[in-house]
Amino acid sequence: MKADPRGVLTGVHFIDGDQACCEGALAAGARFASGYPITPSTEVVERFASRVPTVGGTFIQMEDELAASITLQGAVWGGAKAFTVTSGPGFSLMMEHIGYAAMTETPCVFVDVQRGGPSTGLPTLPAQADMMQARWGSHGDYEIIALCPNSPQECFDLTIRAFNLAEEFRVPVMFMMDEVVGHMTEKVVIPPADEIEIVPRRHTHKSVEEYLPYETGGDLVPEIAHAGEGYKFHITGLTHDEHGYPNMIPPIQDKLVRRLQNKVREAAERITLYEAEGLEDADVVVISYGITSRVAQRAIELARGQSLQVGKLRLITAWPFPEHIIRELAPRVKAMVVPELNLGQMVREVERSAGGDCQVLAVPHAGGSVHHPEDILKVIVEASR
Amino acid sequence: MSATATNPVEPFLRMDRIPHIWCPGCGIGTTVNCFTRALMDSKVDLKSLALVSGIGCTGRVAGYVKLDSFHTTHGRAIPFATGLKLANPNLNVIVYSGDGDLSAIGGNHLIHAARRNIDLKVICVNNLTYAMTGGQSAPTTPEHAITATSPYGAFEPSFNLPHLVEAAGAVYVARWTTFHVRQLARSMAEIFKKKGFCFIEVLSPCPTLYQRRNKMGDGLDTMKFYKEKSKVKNGAPTSEVGLTINGEIIVGKFVERDRPDYGSLMKAQFVEALGDRYVDCTETICS
Repeated sequence: MKADPRGVLTGVHFIDGDQACCEGALAAGARFASGYPITPSTEVVERFASRVPTVGGTFIQMEDELAASITLQGAVWGGAKAFTVTSGPGFSLMMEHIGYAAMTETPCVFVDVQRGGPSTGLPTLPAQADMMQARWGSHGDYEIIALCPNSPQECFDLTIRAFNLAEEFRVPVMFMMDEVVGHMTEKVVIPPADEIEIVPRRHTHKSVEEYLPYETGGDLVPEIAHAGEGYKFHITGLTHDEHGYPNMIPPIQDKLVRRLQNKVREAAERITLYEAEGLEDADVVVISYGITSRVAQRAIELARGQSLQVGKLRLITAWPFPEHIIRELAPRVKAMVVPELNLGQMVREVERSAGGDCQVLAVPHAGGSVHHPEDILKVIVEASR
Repeated sequence: MSATATNPVEPFLRMDRIPHIWCPGCGIGTTVNCFTRALMDSKVDLKSLALVSGIGCTGRVAGYVKLDSFHTTHGRAIPFATGLKLANPNLNVIVYSGDGDLSAIGGNHLIHAARRNIDLKVICVNNLTYAMTGGQSAPTTPEHAITATSPYGAFEPSFNLPHLVEAAGAVYVARWTTFHVRQLARSMAEIFKKKGFCFIEVLSPCPTLYQRRNKMGDGLDTMKFYKEKSKVKNGAPTSEVGLTINGEIIVGKFVERDRPDYGSLMKAQFVEALGDRYVDCTETICS
């Protein structure tokens, strides 16, 4: 279906990534946000608080991130598309409810504008150090989807994508921005509503008598009903059967948890977004994401200036990790160079996926600024020898 | 009684999930019975009624009522219910949970929901302990009571829940025990129709853990204890209704007042600030 024009601010704008993310959410049909102020993410909900009363929806500032991360899920079961926005310390507090959303299959979006950590760390300065937390932060086995924009335009475009994926797979989608992308101001083009494709909620068409909240067909994603429609369904974070009733025996646990993983894993190749360039004859491939991809771009250009054969692979989908691309590429190259604003997170995934078929070199950075292109260049040059 | 006779509460319960998990002598089932009576008596629209629980023995209520029902995370029934109510203001949202869930891990949400005067009806079953985990001390455990984590007697001062929620802004505050089944059912029926943040505390026995450790007998003994110690004082100042291990239990409807709820305040503010530009979310959010 097409976007509801009430939420779409069609035109050419000069806005930062945080504001573009808010516009993406509105264009995607989000009409509910619950948040708690935290730098450098607050501008997203500030704009939402300003915009949503004129669009038809609700923003509520909650008493903490524990509340914000579950209030939005109540709103989803009430019929809204909903999201919350935070940064590292708040993201840590939200982990239990990412697990709840995964377990109850509540479609929703968590935006994390990453800053330096651990703990309070660097409130106003960038990092990309929540990447593993986004994947593994809640307890138990589950699968999520995570996207990494590298520009305000992508903050708009990919926020829509994030909501669409959340609805398609009924998972919480992590929108992994960083402080620089969040606060960077650039041109953002918002198309007309009829050019924006929206994935509607997988609402059941079954009768009250037929409907089972967690019955699935071939694609492993159950159909949803909302409170107040007469279905009288039950939802729990306990291990549950197709009725949604607690049923805590190993075979039910096995069936449920495997389905929660497989519904995303089996679709991984289809939902993987990436940008590739010059991979065909590359000796070295630079793999990056988010703001670091823009610094890496400069390093790649400098290396090519030295006649080095360097390819670019920018990860847009970070989770599920696009291991099929890395696995296919690894035997054909000398090395993969992975700069990121952490001391080595996604590089481990690259290493695992490459399976020893090529060298994998990290370019770590503890955060607080972006890399210097020369630091990446140096590793490219070493790897090319 | 004929072979086809059914209990009148059955239409309100998920009979396919009975028997329930609660212990013999536990009072939670009694409160659910009162709840179903209140549903019958008030003739409230069941389709628009949603029930949200947290975690714990009382948290399991959501799994037994035949309503749209949500068993959420520990302490977060109120914020979940807040989102549900704001997304669909036509819903009548009940929060049904225990004292530990609502006043300890969820204490911050309890006071803020009361402050906002969100239109939620909170039923707090208070068994003075963490029962699901084996009877540890709670913020409601009276001083000197023996629990699994206060083996020599509790010494922390306990919460007076009616006083707490009145101070935070609740528009309806009552306390009953599971001995007071008619009064409790009547209070529940009242809050279904009362707009704003309503709170009923129900004292309920935990014979398995709290009563046993404190040598207070079984469920029946606790009914006798409630009967003997309770004193109905409607309108009692909530500052004077604190509980002690063996003292008087003041019950009654303590507070009933009116102040605009969150939804009305939000709408009024946006209409004043935005005029015609305001789009009422009740018409659009669920479309």
